[in-house]
Amino acid sequence: MTTPFVDFQNVWLAYNEGLLAQQHFAVEDINLQVARGEFIAIVGPSGCGKSTFMKLTTGLRKPSKGTIRIDGKVVDGPLKISGMAFQAPSLLPWRTTLDNVLLPLEIVEPYRSQFKAQRKKYEERARHLLQRVGLAGYEDQYPWQLSGGMQQRASICRALIHEPQMLLLDEPFGALDAFTREELWCILRDLWTEQRFNVILVTHDLRESVFLADTVYVMSARPGRFVVRREIDLPRPRDLELTYTPAFTDIVHELRSHIGALRPTISA
Amino acid sequence: MKQKTVETWAPWLLLLLTVALWQILCSALDVSEFVFPSPSRIATQFWEFRDTIAAHAWRTYWVTMAGFALAIVTGVLLGFLIGSSRIAYAALYPLMTAFNALPKAAFVPILVVWFGIGIGPAILTAFLISFFPIMVNIATGLATLEPELEDVLRVLGARRLDVLIKVGLPRSMPYFYGSLKVAITLAFVGTTVSEMSAANEGIGYLLVSAGSAMQMGLAFAGLLVVGAMAMVMYELFSAVERRTTQWAHRGSNQH
Repeated sequence: MTTPFVDFQNVWLAYNEGLLAQQHFAVEDINLQVARGEFIAIVGPSGCGKSTFMKLTTGLRKPSKGTIRIDGKVVDGPLKISGMAFQAPSLLPWRTTLDNVLLPLEIVEPYRSQFKAQRKKYEERARHLLQRVGLAGYEDQYPWQLSGGMQQRASICRALIHEPQMLLLDEPFGALDAFTREELWCILRDLWTEQRFNVILVTHDLRESVFLADTVYVMSARPGRFVVRREIDLPRPRDLELTYTPAFTDIVHELRSHIGALRPTISA
Repeated sequence: MKQKTVETWAPWLLLLLTVALWQILCSALDVSEFVFPSPSRIATQFWEFRDTIAAHAWRTYWVTMAGFALAIVTGVLLGFLIGSSRIAYAALYPLMTAFNALPKAAFVPILVVWFGIGIGPAILTAFLISFFPIMVNIATGLATLEPELEDVLRVLGARRLDVLIKVGLPRSMPYFYGSLKVAITLAFVGTTVSEMSAANEGIGYLLVSAGSAMQMGLAFAGLLVVGAMAMVMYELFSAVERRTTQWAHRGSNQH
């Protein structure tokens, strides 16, 4: 196997010195190797440290023990090659959809220093991206004029505009209705198929994880650790019909049983 | 549409009714003009002393604006400091609240000792009374930032200042304009109060001297002018607020 793109070696994290002294960890003993361009999903009960895992991967938090390498380099600060989107779209209400998507380019280098000169080109790129997610014609609308699903698409565009090598999604579709959610699965699938960035999707929707990911990791709660790694060998391209096939539901059931099995240990 | 017209004219109608009632009561009960002047008496005296009133009003106006300008600069700077640094917030906020609880009129005698009778105390009183709401509002706008958004930006390598300028400041603008409306009326209060004891010019001075000369009509006319100036400035900032921060008022504009 070639060097993994994301490489966690025995990573432990306690949120502060006090908790560390008490050996009270938010995530424990994480070992994870992700190949370049791989789509992984992390599922688990709420409060299992999924969001902590995101913070570790992006370098917003440093591990208490162990090392994290991304693309062969040890992570020791915010990782600019990543884009993030969360359950709340958190768009800026005073900016149009287009300007919201452009925001990262005003901040991250090398775009930042060329922003004024290249604005036209960047706008073109943002428009293209918005069009890809079905938001053509809404570029100049304000976020509050868009529906929840549309806002979430814009939020994903914002996460992708600087062409990150790694996309981190923290329950991005959690607040949407079932139909909109499935629609956005397909959009994410298509974007990923075209651009082949790495995706780390944190979710508690098992169907979502099986439909989208190459590999699903199940996390236990408090302390968070990976208990199951399941490769999803369903053929690609996958479409929504697949989610009604027995092969698909079998995998969902299998994962569900792992999560069910976790429950007693939580209360113990 | 009809409802809207009624709403627009309602305050004017109420004003007219109040004035009419006031006039009728004064005439019917034959109230002495030295105790409680009738609207017609106020109008006569207003016209009679229009040049004097205009001169004093102008003085009060620019003194208030000077104090208000100081308040904006100080309020924004302090608000920025408090809203962007937790240490500054912890250190300054309680002290500022304590300071705000002091009656600003009590500062006037002290300011007179320092700056003498004249514009000094008036400008500073207007400033002292009006910077607090501006500061608090800027600080609030800056301090209420979604943690997710901050993560999104920090991952991109945004510095603290980037986050403040791109997100914090625009977010605090509606609060800021909202506070200007409140602060400008307070500033007029500050100037007038100060002029009453520490100036030889301005509406505050006019009120006191008209009162001691039993020119009650003139005193009321002076009050009216201060009130009108404050109202006009309030409406002005209100209009600026609506134009610049529409996104924060979408609920009321859309429907």
